[in-house]
Amino acid sequence: MDFGLLAFSIFSTIAILGSIMVILKKSPVAAAFSLVLVFFAFAGLYALMGAHLVAALQILVYTGAIMVLFVFVIMLLSQDEPVNDLKESSGLFKGVSVLGILGLMGLLIRAVLTARGMVPTGTLTDEKIVSMGGNVRLISEGIFTDHVFHFELTSFLLLGAVVSTVALAKRKAVSGGSKA
Amino acid sequence: MLAQRKPGFWNRIYLVEVIRGLSITMKNFLFHKKVTLQFPEQRRDYSTKFRGQHYIKSVNGVENCTACMLCPTVCPAECIHIVAGEREDKEKYPVKFEIDSLRCCFCGMCEEACPKDAIKLSNIYEMSQQNRTVYEKDFLLEQRGNK
Amino acid sequence: MTSLEVTLMFVKIGIVLLGLLVTVPIMLFVERRGSALIQNRLGPNRMGPFGLFQAACDVIKFIFKEDRAPGHVNKFYYTIAPWIAVIPAFMTFAVIPFAGSLTIDGTETHFQIANLDVGVLYCFSVASLGVYGIIMAGWSSNNKYSLLGALRSSAQMISYELTLGLSIIGLMMVFQSVKLGDIAAAQGETLMQLGPVSIPKWGVFIQPVGFILFLVSMFAETNRLPFDLPEGESELIAGYHLEYGSMRFALFMMAEFVNMAVASGLITTLFFGGWQLLPGFATLVHLIQGMGLLQNDGLVLVLFQGMSFVIKLAFWMWFFVWVRWTLPRFRFDQLMNFGWKVLFPLGLINIFVTGILIYKGVL
Repeated sequence: MDFGLLAFSIFSTIAILGSIMVILKKSPVAAAFSLVLVFFAFAGLYALMGAHLVAALQILVYTGAIMVLFVFVIMLLSQDEPVNDLKESSGLFKGVSVLGILGLMGLLIRAVLTARGMVPTGTLTDEKIVSMGGNVRLISEGIFTDHVFHFELTSFLLLGAVVSTVALAKRKAVSGGSKA
Repeated sequence: MLAQRKPGFWNRIYLVEVIRGLSITMKNFLFHKKVTLQFPEQRRDYSTKFRGQHYIKSVNGVENCTACMLCPTVCPAECIHIVAGEREDKEKYPVKFEIDSLRCCFCGMCEEACPKDAIKLSNIYEMSQQNRTVYEKDFLLEQRGNK
Repeated sequence: MTSLEVTLMFVKIGIVLLGLLVTVPIMLFVERRGSALIQNRLGPNRMGPFGLFQAACDVIKFIFKEDRAPGHVNKFYYTIAPWIAVIPAFMTFAVIPFAGSLTIDGTETHFQIANLDVGVLYCFSVASLGVYGIIMAGWSSNNKYSLLGALRSSAQMISYELTLGLSIIGLMMVFQSVKLGDIAAAQGETLMQLGPVSIPKWGVFIQPVGFILFLVSMFAETNRLPFDLPEGESELIAGYHLEYGSMRFALFMMAEFVNMAVASGLITTLFFGGWQLLPGFATLVHLIQGMGLLQNDGLVLVLFQGMSFVIKLAFWMWFFVWVRWTLPRFRFDQLMNFGWKVLFPLGLINIFVTGILIYKGVL
């Protein structure tokens, strides 16, 4: 067995087990930790594909920043109450969730089956990427020259989200009668 | 009262002040005289009035104490226990003389009360123990003191 | 890969691992002795010459202490938390170059475990994993002080990671690379010539503001004073590692010291020329090469480059200790205000100004 396949099976096993743990863990914080594990395994998979930049950004942004915020908020708000069990939910909810899961599974299997053997290969090969200065240079050049408009548009979207969040939070504080 | 100081521009920049602080600590690190006393080899000089471990003064092997019970009476911590007895020459003497070293607060009142100059507090301050020691008469009579 | 390359790889990994492991007891000693001398005390001086064996005694004490966990903790996370803190700390050093390159039998080897394409991004991403050790420890200890320590540390890390990232963008713009190997190599050039003194193109001379921002946020990222709020012994007793003892506590300490080493390594590599020779070393290298003691002239150079790197690293490690015993701890609101309202805008301005200067052709 070659190293790549071994690493792939390890990382994908971790990812699958971690995702199952996210659902099964009763404590929200423990579930969040499992999600961190899943993200980390994903980063490993990206790195195996040679996408080191995506792997690094996956860890830096999702694992290192967003999940820390998640855990922070969970720890700050809930005193670690167990989440609602499936047993307590209504029969309709159970049925709908089972149907949804089956549908998603079917879609996924369909997608894999149709896409097999026809994965489009781009013009960039590994050697070409190296000769053009590496992943980081290529991606950053792409973002800041050809796709700069979309990039800036996204940043405006995020800015709008931040401004509206602050506005909402502030309005709540004022109507609550407490002056911040 | 809360003192309101207006920090100047250079104070608010922090950097200059941080560098000043660093130079102060470096000066201390390199040049300042170290104040540590290396204990077993070097010792601090205590006042002669220092009240440390107890002892009972004896002259020619006979303790000065006559078991008059003034010291257990005056002792605020009630740490002195004396059982009086009589020698062959009809002299009163302590058969038992115990000082509970954990209860004693080293106030020195026993020393002041004693009419015979028998009980004394010496300058000895190394009294660490591994059990709850009660000083027995034999131990107190060992004449360790310096007064 | 030829067998020579594999051997060299193992040698490099061995050097880095061994170096980091040796750093920990040395820093234990330096911290205790240094703090004592700064406070006009003598510090531990009984074991061996100058108390040098004190570190060994500390290590032995940690190993032989009873390893017990309190009954109220979440056992699984409590057990793995110290490891999660310590492993990323060691992993981060993989991309830091500690000497130049050496040619043996026609194979050129760079003294860096992995010259990754993403370079410094790898450092930041792996270092950001270390915070999970702290969060897990704080949460699984099931103790309010620990939880508060974990909360503080997560908020602090997020806030200062931003500044950390922004502070080096200017540097990347100047050197046009994120690879640490390239950045270290590029700093060998001369920036300007002032009579007999030539100032090298070190990061600190072209990005002084970036350097200060980087330094400050590195202090916050390594949880060292003046930013050690997750521990904050006057408020939180010991913060996140309150319920830990013996070797598990020692692992947290190890993680802190290794993080310090990584931070010093990054500061050295990015802003102080990395393995570039210290002033005066060049003549020494020529002298020894002239004597012809060693077969390979490159080996002498590499040795001196490694020495320069270690000396610079040691200075910054000492700087961490020095600052710790100089500055008092920040209050939490001061920390947040400082991070978001001072350092963050400064980082943005720094990028902007650097961009203008590059456009004008000054840098």
